[in-house]
Amino acid sequence: MRDAEKHWLVRESTIRYLWLALILVLALTLVTGLFIHQHQHFGWEDIFGFYAWYGFLTCIGMVVFAKVLGIFLKRRDDYYRKPGDSDE
Amino acid sequence: MSDLLLPPGIWLILSGLLLAIADQRWRLPLILGAPLVALVGIWLLPFDATWSMEFLGHELRPLHSTTNGRLFATVFSLMALTGGIFAWRIANRVELGAAFVYAGSAVCVTFAGDLLTLFLFWELMALGSTLVIWAANTEAARRAAYRYLILHLFGGMLLLTGIAGHALNTGSVLFVPMQADSMARWLILAGFLLNAGAPPLSAWIADAYPEASPSGTVFLSAFTTKTAVFVLIMGFPGTWVLIPIGLYMIFYGIIYALLENDMRRILAYSIVNQVGFMVTGVGIGTEMALNGAAAHAFAHIIYKGLLLMSAGAVLYQTGKRKCTDLGGLFQSMPWTALLGTIGALAISAFPFTSGFTTKSMISQAAADQHLMIAWFALVAASAGVFLHAGIKFPWFVFFQKDSGLRPPDPPRHMLLAMWAFAVLCIGLGIWPEPLYAILAHPVDFQAYTGAHLVAQFQLLLFSGLAFFVMLPMMKRTLTITLDFDWFYRRLFLDLCEAFSRRTDRTRDDIYSLFMAHWHRLLGSLNRYHGTQGILARSWPTGSMALWAAVVLGISLLMFFV
Repeated sequence: MRDAEKHWLVRESTIRYLWLALILVLALTLVTGLFIHQHQHFGWEDIFGFYAWYGFLTCIGMVVFAKVLGIFLKRRDDYYRKPGDSDE
Repeated sequence: MSDLLLPPGIWLILSGLLLAIADQRWRLPLILGAPLVALVGIWLLPFDATWSMEFLGHELRPLHSTTNGRLFATVFSLMALTGGIFAWRIANRVELGAAFVYAGSAVCVTFAGDLLTLFLFWELMALGSTLVIWAANTEAARRAAYRYLILHLFGGMLLLTGIAGHALNTGSVLFVPMQADSMARWLILAGFLLNAGAPPLSAWIADAYPEASPSGTVFLSAFTTKTAVFVLIMGFPGTWVLIPIGLYMIFYGIIYALLENDMRRILAYSIVNQVGFMVTGVGIGTEMALNGAAAHAFAHIIYKGLLLMSAGAVLYQTGKRKCTDLGGLFQSMPWTALLGTIGALAISAFPFTSGFTTKSMISQAAADQHLMIAWFALVAASAGVFLHAGIKFPWFVFFQKDSGLRPPDPPRHMLLAMWAFAVLCIGLGIWPEPLYAILAHPVDFQAYTGAHLVAQFQLLLFSGLAFFVMLPMMKRTLTITLDFDWFYRRLFLDLCEAFSRRTDRTRDDIYSLFMAHWHRLLGSLNRYHGTQGILARSWPTGSMALWAAVVLGISLLMFFV
């Protein structure tokens, strides 16, 4: 399908704008964070962009962990089906 | 209005029985009427109203009104109402009837003042929910329902054994806050936790719930796990072991949902994840934490119901449930996509949704108690929720690649039910005070501070960034992920089959050995006593006379010698 025939939301140009907007908003939350102080409970929360990098890194960590676990635990989705079983 | 002192859940149970036999035109009045009557009953009950009776020398309280009970009963009735509207024209009568009995018994559990009443309705819930799964009428659903029932009857057995021991130890079956300090109480706790989806038996949620019909899963998501949260709040507040259990559930849900391909199984894993937050809150046990657990349960039932309704609408319209088959549906199902996304934002605790005003009380309580590990885990988990449910579900179902499917939005009554819950998701996010007002403890919590808003936006938006950065690693595959249920679905089954094969062979060996001896015995008997056998054949009269003569002759000879 040519780009112009697609739904406007999934055209290449829109997606470029969406990325741009996302990056702008991300920067905005970081800048706002400079002016608003977090209440300290453990001494970490007021480090620059703590929630941003902590959230980002833990998410990457979880995806990688899931990927590694998947190596051992993933099976074809008919794993539990027995020969001769009817449909789902 | 003392005649309304019937436990409010009974109205739902009775209407469930009627729904199972009534014809189509009585459906809507029953679906709308029963939950409304139950709601009126719940709110007309005076605070601390108690119905007491004597049974086998124990005091029973089949009706005991508490603030937490009222809160849970309210949201259960709302769920029955909205779920009923969603299911109105698409559910069969077994499913709808069973769902209302199930909802009614959940409401009855929230009004149970003693453990025997609680147990009775606990088991009725197990039966009702099994029937809801069964009613999907597929082979996979029937099998899943069997496994589900066996597991829950096992949990019920743990609970009843615990209750019996507890009654012996204390001489009372009243349902009051307990410490996990004796075998009996540990058993009660284990019975409760099984229904919450705690480890090791968490797999039943993702195994059974997604096999139900599009509307059945909506009902299932609400009651069993949240009554478990309710009884934990009432029975075991501040039991520290619940903190690690809850944290395990949180990350279990995230990791398994990340690996999953079936859209409704993603949401089922995320139930375990969300209930994990509540269980952690109960474990922390402060007023703030218990409030957080209860409020989060309230909000969770609504947004999870909404998410499963949007998934149910997709399944109903396309007949497909795997992310690998879906995608691009926002083009022809814009309302479903929008409403599902609102549910996804609410589960992620996005500001101005109900998750933001409720779930954050739990991590606030962890911070207040200086539980550092728990707090860091909860913050990471909040990011993870956005990752596995908040973006993953809408992205793979409604956006990602274009699957070419162009189904329209579902029938109007289904959209209406989704709208109702979506409005509540945002309403409770903007204006949480009415919910705070009906919590058990006074609320000293301000969700909308600049610091909290900035923190949450940073956390969620950057985990969103992580999602899109890691997208190549998240490509869906046609796989399932092994879980503890492997032990009873595969290992135990294989062991049983091996046992049966070997015992079968041994039995054959023993049988043929026995038969060989038997035939040898028969052969030798035949040889001596058979028709031709030496001992059985007929003798000629002449030979007898000869032998008689020989004998006589010998005796004559002997006489002369």
